[in-house]
Amino acid sequence: MSMNVNVSKKALLDRLFPAGHAVSEVGQVLCGWGQTATGRVHVIGTTAHAAIDTRIALALSAAVLRVVAEDGNHPRPIVFIADTQGQALSRREELLGLNGYFAHLARCVNLARNSGHRLVTLIDGEAVSGGFLAFGLLADVIVALPGAEVRVMDLRAMARITRIPYERLTELAGASPVFAPGADNYWRMGGIHALWTGAEDWAAQLQALLQGSHEDDRARLGAERGGRKLAASVAQEVLYGHG
Amino acid sequence: MMTNPPQSFREASARLRVQGLLDAGSFTEWLGPARRITSPHLAALDAPVSFDDGVVVGQGLLEAQPVVVIAQEGLFNGGAVGEVHGAKICGALLRAIEMRARAVLLCVDSGGVRLHEANAGLIAISEIMRALFAVQAAGIPVIALVGGTCGAFGGMGIVTRLCDALLISEEGRLGLSGPEVIETVKGVEEFDSRDRALVWRITGGKIRRTLGEATMLLDDDIPAFRAAAAKTMGDRPRQRGLSPDALQTLEAAQRRLEARATLDPGIRDGQQVWQQMGLGEEVALMDPAEFNRCLEARER
Repeated sequence: MSMNVNVSKKALLDRLFPAGHAVSEVGQVLCGWGQTATGRVHVIGTTAHAAIDTRIALALSAAVLRVVAEDGNHPRPIVFIADTQGQALSRREELLGLNGYFAHLARCVNLARNSGHRLVTLIDGEAVSGGFLAFGLLADVIVALPGAEVRVMDLRAMARITRIPYERLTELAGASPVFAPGADNYWRMGGIHALWTGAEDWAAQLQALLQGSHEDDRARLGAERGGRKLAASVAQEVLYGHG
Repeated sequence: MMTNPPQSFREASARLRVQGLLDAGSFTEWLGPARRITSPHLAALDAPVSFDDGVVVGQGLLEAQPVVVIAQEGLFNGGAVGEVHGAKICGALLRAIEMRARAVLLCVDSGGVRLHEANAGLIAISEIMRALFAVQAAGIPVIALVGGTCGAFGGMGIVTRLCDALLISEEGRLGLSGPEVIETVKGVEEFDSRDRALVWRITGGKIRRTLGEATMLLDDDIPAFRAAAAKTMGDRPRQRGLSPDALQTLEAAQRRLEARATLDPGIRDGQQVWQQMGLGEEVALMDPAEFNRCLEARER
């Protein structure tokens, strides 16, 4: 039975793992397992729009390393629950080198992938900038749940920094997925593989994602969906071109 | 030897850095400015575009060894990563594997994601991270060089810390959130971004070298970066495939980072870190070579 998990995440776990789950929440970090039709999967994530600081980053990397060590030659899938407002903003955290803690977490996630763990991210709540880069965005498959907010920065702050009028940005946001917040924009750009709706059977949908390729297919998806027309072709041209 | 006049890394353009790092005349650029592959997203916002989208990528020789070099241009949009810019970096990283490069030199000079195309930039940085892992898995070391006007921040601050080695000048800066962002959100008492000495004591090359993040502290001099890159490459023999002790290596890194995070909660300034180590005012006065020697003696 899951312990101390906040209400919304408990409801999510119930829906994903109707056959059972045991996840604990300590300091906005989720850790445990869920039962699927083909066996247990690991659950690692954050709750309540966590601002990722060194403590949370270390808890997440420790959880990933523990899973890799425990599973050895029988790697089970890992389901990441991403819910972050971004990185913690603090002078002390910068002094400690928060970017290095995120890099370490990213390395641990990559080790899990190389060790054969299937990596699935479910965005439940918010997925913002550096906090999302550190682990959720590195999975093999990334899914946004209904109501998920995905962004680098909201449009008002963006208008202030780029000195482009807010009205102009909102007007252009209707035509282009490239800068405005929104899970659907990330879907069109290939950064999110699937958008789930409230009416679907999430347990069955998760089950279907527990096997698949480890290849980074996002640039290709972005081109196919028309939201990111250049990323794949430019990278290919640099890779195979002659100057 | 050593008679070349100093040539500031900080003041040089990305292209001049590349020329100065590589053996004379050996550089071939991929998708160079003549191709005029610019950002359609900047154009849509009537913002200026650049014919190389702010990054130079290509191959050349470093002491006769084939290397891939990637150099961000800090003077164009703060070296920020957009769709084309990011795709050029990804393509260049993957090409290092194809051509079996001896090393990748990654000159980071970037505030992170380009806001005008923020979603494309964020995804691109994640793609760069995965491409970088592939390069390392192929046994090719990636060497980060930081000493430009924009430093290495945001997602590029994370990418910099993924590299096998980091060469940084005293003036080089490394972090996640820039001081201006922290001041805007948390207030001037949290981080006064106009206090340049404070910014340097939090993000600058000396404190980053002190904490073991930078491999070597360097003078702001392109030949010094070239010599250090060549030495770093020579120190790292190619190893194909994943190291079998990858789990143990990361567990050890986990313990080191946990230990650092237990630093006295009152410590919020690089000066306090140096004081705790028994280093005082002399830190600011030491030149990079002296400072490296001082830290190496302690690390032994």
